[in-house]
Amino acid sequence: MASLDDLKKRIVSVKSTQKITKAMKMVAAAKLKRAQDSAEKGRPYSEKMNNIILNLSEGISDKENAPKLLSGTGKDQIHLCVVMTSDRGLCGGFNSNIIKKAKSYFSKLSSQSKELKIMTVGSKGNDQLKRVFGNKIIENISFKNSKNANFFDAEKVSKIIIEKFQKEEFDICTIFFNQFKNVITQIPQAQQIIPLKTQTDDKEKSEDNYEFEPDEDEILTNLLPKNISTQIFKAMLENSASEQGARMSAMDNATRNAGEMVDKLTIEYNRSRQAAITKELIEIISGAESL
Amino acid sequence: MGEEFKLEVVNPEKSFLSKEDVTEVVIPAFEGEMGILKDHIPIISFLKPGIIQVYSKTGEEKYYVEDGIIEFKNNNLSILTSSILNIKDIEKNQIDEMLRQAEVETNKDNVNDQDKFLSDQKIEVLKSIN
Repeated sequence: MASLDDLKKRIVSVKSTQKITKAMKMVAAAKLKRAQDSAEKGRPYSEKMNNIILNLSEGISDKENAPKLLSGTGKDQIHLCVVMTSDRGLCGGFNSNIIKKAKSYFSKLSSQSKELKIMTVGSKGNDQLKRVFGNKIIENISFKNSKNANFFDAEKVSKIIIEKFQKEEFDICTIFFNQFKNVITQIPQAQQIIPLKTQTDDKEKSEDNYEFEPDEDEILTNLLPKNISTQIFKAMLENSASEQGARMSAMDNATRNAGEMVDKLTIEYNRSRQAAITKELIEIISGAESL
Repeated sequence: MGEEFKLEVVNPEKSFLSKEDVTEVVIPAFEGEMGILKDHIPIISFLKPGIIQVYSKTGEEKYYVEDGIIEFKNNNLSILTSSILNIKDIEKNQIDEMLRQAEVETNKDNVNDQDKFLSDQKIEVLKSIN
């Protein structure tokens, strides 16, 4: 049985851990609010962009000669997977959920004997993937220094992707990120960005005939790279909101567990203190009796 | 019945500007300046560096943009851009800095024609603000 001193030390250390997790929880809650706000504010842009692209791709006259970013290379042999994770840990299952999703996708690809290339955004994903898929990782970016997700970072990522696409290093590009549903639930998502999948189930199909200036093809060529940046930026925003949400609930759990542990240890401490006193009393009394 | 329509300017981070009472907007479209009035036919176009002029009852406002896409439909004008600044808010040294960068850009050896055209355009516009 642990001595009184040991117990006391443990209680103190658990208490200070609790303080840290509590502080982290509060920081995450504050950041979550901000991340959620910016995710919401960023939504109109990506929605509008999506709408315009939808209208454009419907209006395009010559589907055969459509820009490659829209129609693809015609093959699906080489897949590029962009795995977007956080740069920091202590956020529960946030990163491992994305990795799990990505890994199951990877194994599906390899069973179809497709070639796989991986690009990681965020250092945690790189750490987890490089053990098994180290030779497949062709690029690793992390934005440790930027405080919030910003559009320039997204543009950097998309520039790299587009450059690789133009060099025909891959045929299909998929991004992996966590979609923010609420604080407790984040849904790992796989979204194909090249070639672009247009959702045809849009309810308000526009019958307007747009005037294009310059013509559709030229607009599309300019617009598609921007759309990729936008999609990546959206993923980054969702990811950062999810990260803070996951961290908040993880830290909340940790704080509660620490509290339970302190209670248990305190009871144990009091019991052994009392046992020691009783033992001493018995010793004194039996000592007095024997006289 | 007014002659007004709705203008919305969004950038990736947030909705930059939203106005219900716009009477005319002049935008620097890629193939030349274009004025948009109420009941314009639906149009999609994209922007080159230039000045967006917004006329409304409350007066005239000017914004500097570097790129973007515009969509006009049902008397709703949406401008999507990642770089927009209200000319009132730009400081002199900020313009100088952007001008310097654009000049570096245009004097690079490996620029293609389109990029060169865009940065030349930028320089011209920035000089005109200055």
